[in-house]
Amino acid sequence: MSLLMEQALNGVQLGVTLFLLAAGLTLIFGIMGVINLAHGSLYMIGAYAMAAVAAKTGSFLLAFPAGLLAAGIAGVAMEYLVVRRLYARDHLDQVLATFGLILFFNQLTTILFGRQPLFVEIPDFLEGSVMIGGIVRYPVYRLAMIAVGLATAIGLYVLIARTRLGMLIRAGATNREMVRALGVDIRLLYTLLFGVGAMLAGLAGVMAGPILSVQVGMGEQVLILTFVVVVIGGIGSIRGAFIGALAVGMVDTMLRAYLPGVLRQLMAGPDADALAAGLSAMGVYMLMAIVLLVKPQGLAPAHG
Amino acid sequence: MDDPLKRAIAPRKNVRSVLLVALALVVLAVLPQLADMFEQPAMVSLATRIIILAIAAASLNLALGYCGLVSFGHAAWYGIGGYVVGILYNHYVSGDPLFGLPLGTDQMLITLPVAILVSGLFAAVFGALSLRTSGVQFIMITLAFAQMIFFFFVALKAYGGDDGLIVRRRNSLPLIDTRDGATFYWICLVIAITWFALLRRIVSSRFGAVLSGVRQSERRMAAIGISTYRYKLVVFVISGMGAGLAGALMANHARFVSPDMLHWTQSGEFMIMVILGGAGTLLGPAAGAAVLILLESQLAAFTEHWQVILGPLLVLMILFTRGGLSGLWKLLRGGLNG
Repeated sequence: MSLLMEQALNGVQLGVTLFLLAAGLTLIFGIMGVINLAHGSLYMIGAYAMAAVAAKTGSFLLAFPAGLLAAGIAGVAMEYLVVRRLYARDHLDQVLATFGLILFFNQLTTILFGRQPLFVEIPDFLEGSVMIGGIVRYPVYRLAMIAVGLATAIGLYVLIARTRLGMLIRAGATNREMVRALGVDIRLLYTLLFGVGAMLAGLAGVMAGPILSVQVGMGEQVLILTFVVVVIGGIGSIRGAFIGALAVGMVDTMLRAYLPGVLRQLMAGPDADALAAGLSAMGVYMLMAIVLLVKPQGLAPAHG
Repeated sequence: MDDPLKRAIAPRKNVRSVLLVALALVVLAVLPQLADMFEQPAMVSLATRIIILAIAAASLNLALGYCGLVSFGHAAWYGIGGYVVGILYNHYVSGDPLFGLPLGTDQMLITLPVAILVSGLFAAVFGALSLRTSGVQFIMITLAFAQMIFFFFVALKAYGGDDGLIVRRRNSLPLIDTRDGATFYWICLVIAITWFALLRRIVSSRFGAVLSGVRQSERRMAAIGISTYRYKLVVFVISGMGAGLAGALMANHARFVSPDMLHWTQSGEFMIMVILGGAGTLLGPAAGAAVLILLESQLAAFTEHWQVILGPLLVLMILFTRGGLSGLWKLLRGGLNG
């Protein structure tokens, strides 16, 4: 029972990380019509900036905003220099140009920080673990991640459903020409929105830093999972991103936790572990295939 | 030529381009001799790689350039083709049965068709699923499925897992010594020419006309009574088969297969080759493959971090030249003339 609880919390924790990435990706796609492969690079930039500042100053409280800021700045620069010119292009051009950006960012990071992964310590005040409901001990840091992720989800909901900016964003997603005709500076709105998406990705990277190793290529691993989330949830839909992220987080975590045990009863230990690792890596893609068979537009499509 | 569809798309004869292609073929045919003459033995191996990748890029182009199916997962079919060669060879050497039958072989006349069939089969299954979507979802789904197949091979410990499989000797052909570099180059060249001729027939057929129609307006095609899903699936499978053929040849050329062949950056490279050379043109992808591989090898000789240069180059190319190299050519000529 306590193991199941713990794995469920792990699933939620992976889910909120994926949600932060998927929300930015799906917003940018839903409103600007741009598919941004380099979204994973922003995640990586957030994590690296955080790791670098933490290593220099030893302060998590400085490193945290530094990571967010770096990702935000990189995102705005990316929009201003490259992505802005891609709005009117077809998806193929967008994919290839942002693919070029990934090559650039990955190699630049290798030049700056080397190939060795960086490790970041969990800050003192989030060290240790607490008892939840008398059933399971769970690390405070991961709980904090879940809390920050959920708070961000609520914040995004309020931003989009309740504020003037959110109204413009929704209007822009429905009919951007009309919003422009009403005198809204749509370019500024886009740049702003791209920056917000980038900071969400950066936030995910910053939070993942202390529990993962910070290394080149971390962005693409998570990017492809994020695509799965977005497809499952329905492209352009924040609600869908949330549902999809939790589903993917749960399925991935549960398969990794329980599949080896199940398979070990059927075959020899090492073989079972290898097979289980492969099957759990494939699990979320199978989930996606099933969702597509039933609902090709995703679980919570944005329009209609 | 009674079919009006067929007449509309009949290629116009252009003497100059026919001569140009003939000249290129002559140069390609004597390339090993030229390499000897200029004492550049590495050139043959490099040219073999380019020819093999040109087959893969041209196959992707059939789906992407002609039919508008932006598949971001073609490395999967390419890798599967490679693994068919690797696995069959592995069983041939060890003598272990495959699916309970003594199926291992090192005969190229068997391995290549099997590679094409198996890649086509996988492309059919995953294509049937992926084609339920379109647009961006299709891009993401082909990428995700390719990633799934990638993880499958990483986990496949029986065939090397992460480390891949070594194919100690190239597959053999009756009467021909495939171990000789120049001979293998010619084999690849002949296969490539055959494949391009086949592609040419496909795109200039009625089937090819429907493909263009689907790219331009799928709804219009559906409105005139064409079941577009079937056409898209067939072209996706043919395209996957071509990629599988390229993978099988690459496994022979490199004498090694590994999950790297299925990595998503490989899919990205195929797409770049197609766009660089010009999507929807028959020979464009071949030119794209040549330019990209030569550029990579030049940059790699110059610095270990060549991607930091290649990345921005790609971005600039997409932003400022429409239609890859031919767009660049037009841009340069326009700049000179005016």
